[in-house]
Amino acid sequence: MSEIFSDLSFAVFWYAVPIMIVLLLVSLGGLMSERSGVVNIALEGIMVMGAFTAATVIYFLRQADDPMGRQWMVLIGLSVGAISGFLFSFFHAFAAVRMQSNQIISATALNMFAPALHVFMARTYIRGTDSINIRTTYRITVPILSDLPVVGPLFSNAFLSTYIGIAILIALTIMFYKTRLGLRLRSCGENPHAADSLGIDVGKIRYIGVMMSGLLAGLGGAAYMIAFDNDFDGHVLGLGFLALALLISGQWKPLRILVFAMVFSLFYVVSSQHGSIGFLSSVNLPSEVYRSMPFIITLVVLAFFSKATQAPKALGEPYDVGKR
Amino acid sequence: MNKLWTRTLEAVAKKPNAINIMSSLLAIVGGLLFGFILMLIINPNLAFYGLYRITVGPLSSMRDIGWVLRNAAPILLTGLSVAFAFRTGLFNIGATGQLTVGAFFALYVGVNWTWLGPAHLWVALLAAMLGGALWGAIPGLLKAFRNVHEVVASIMLNYIALHMINLMVRMTIYHPDERALYPASSARLPSWGLESVFSFPGMNIGILIALLMAFIIHLVLNKTVFGYELKSVGLSRPAARYAGINEKSRVVYSMIIAGSIAGLAGGVMFLTTGIPFRLSNVLLMQGFTGIAVALLALSAPLGVIFAALFFSWITRGGNLADRAYDPELIEIIVAVIIYFSALSLFMKQVLADFVKRRTKEDVQLHESQGDVS
Repeated sequence: MSEIFSDLSFAVFWYAVPIMIVLLLVSLGGLMSERSGVVNIALEGIMVMGAFTAATVIYFLRQADDPMGRQWMVLIGLSVGAISGFLFSFFHAFAAVRMQSNQIISATALNMFAPALHVFMARTYIRGTDSINIRTTYRITVPILSDLPVVGPLFSNAFLSTYIGIAILIALTIMFYKTRLGLRLRSCGENPHAADSLGIDVGKIRYIGVMMSGLLAGLGGAAYMIAFDNDFDGHVLGLGFLALALLISGQWKPLRILVFAMVFSLFYVVSSQHGSIGFLSSVNLPSEVYRSMPFIITLVVLAFFSKATQAPKALGEPYDVGKR
Repeated sequence: MNKLWTRTLEAVAKKPNAINIMSSLLAIVGGLLFGFILMLIINPNLAFYGLYRITVGPLSSMRDIGWVLRNAAPILLTGLSVAFAFRTGLFNIGATGQLTVGAFFALYVGVNWTWLGPAHLWVALLAAMLGGALWGAIPGLLKAFRNVHEVVASIMLNYIALHMINLMVRMTIYHPDERALYPASSARLPSWGLESVFSFPGMNIGILIALLMAFIIHLVLNKTVFGYELKSVGLSRPAARYAGINEKSRVVYSMIIAGSIAGLAGGVMFLTTGIPFRLSNVLLMQGFTGIAVALLALSAPLGVIFAALFFSWITRGGNLADRAYDPELIEIIVAVIIYFSALSLFMKQVLADFVKRRTKEDVQLHESQGDVS
């Protein structure tokens, strides 16, 4: 294995790009929710929910296992993950928007619920263990495009989710800055009272924001499971929280988030694949140091960038008409 | 009978505490109901058996009650830690990381410093508190001086603690079984005869330590100036600053104390034999159950005692019902209970309205009856 990865660029396309897509999807999901004014630390739990449902569906569909059918399974898995994330996040939206409860508490409930449901269902229905195994290879190589110079590696041994992810990211950024819905989302996070006075239904917009974040986090969870965690055991190992940190260090702005996502995914690859990247395996640091590196770096970045925060002004505050 | 009901409702309406307790009880009922429905869906024939085992099962023997008490100790302490931070307006989601660091400090002292003699156990427990305090201080300092939200900082620190403590254990007190060594016999929690009372060999004084801590925190929060200052920072930071309270230092102190309590939980959990500190890449559950405990107790230190006992109780019940349903069901029920307690503000309002309406109707009824006579 170490032979293959002596070239760092290969590791980048093999691991860093798919993980970056996952982080970006979830992080932009968080953006939708938080720019509309609702804190969403449930991203981790929603990712688990998306991964769990996708793994379950693929597990039961696995009988049809020819190469084309496999990509169909991926597509179905991703859709199911996204839909389940969308539905699951309703509970957070209901608590945060309709019931005006503490947004961190209801999100914590979601974070605890998803892994528990996964383990319970896996043990009860699948095969009596904690994990759901869908282990096969889901990578694809696009015929002509993969022979191109420069961008070629992006199209060989890649995941379908990468392309879907890129398409969604572009669409979302345009939606966020160029459409009426995007503007409304942002206004509800900055000044819901002003938005309300202009006839915008703050509650509805926030529901949309939270549930879109659920859709994206569910999709991200499913994409992560298919790419990296085929023997899914109900944990996404803090990726949802990293995506949240990414959102904060990126100051709730899509392009900055993209930059941070690139940097983070490189560190994440180093932390999980250090043994197989040529020059790193010779340094010989304990693997635990590598594993905690993304989290240490995040903490340092947060310490530097949080002082002058540009968080949405109404973030975390339930909308109370009476305060106008 | 009706009169008694009205009088109870009136009493409830006058005491905000009673409404709080009722809303927590409602959350519990909601969670158990959800679990029951899930059991009905999975296997309707055993659902009543399952519910019976979960709720009443632990009463069946002294041994089970001993189990409940022993396993309530760590979540009582982490719950106390989260509740304490809540009162200062901080959400200590980092209890699990502080617990991990505390566990390592305790085990390091417990394994190596055998020269301490009779003081060994107590020094190990203090070390646990020190470890947790150090880990709690970091998000406190970052919050006070760098404006980093304590939730995000604590989450990062949880994972850093997880991996780095694995490394520290591997380097210092490693047992080839992928776990830490057990502490020396002088550093294990004694049972003070509780073992024979409950005829449960795993019993120890952990629960007594936890109860003592709950009373201390209750006194600090409610009977000291320091506690008053912490609470005022929690209620309104600008108001506290205006009143001359150094709110930054109070934030740091609060996180240090919360961290030390969670660290103590690590000591109480692992200064025994039988429950080893395993090397794993998943965070310890007890820290998160602590959040559930604190929420259900609405952050009152004495309420934390009952909430911790309750969660330990249904966990035992879940184990006892494992012939019918997987014990992970309890984790689901706990999550649903937290969700319902997130709605507690709403539930309290509903309860208050309900009480008001009932008592008003009753007064009108009495008045009209008075007219007739």
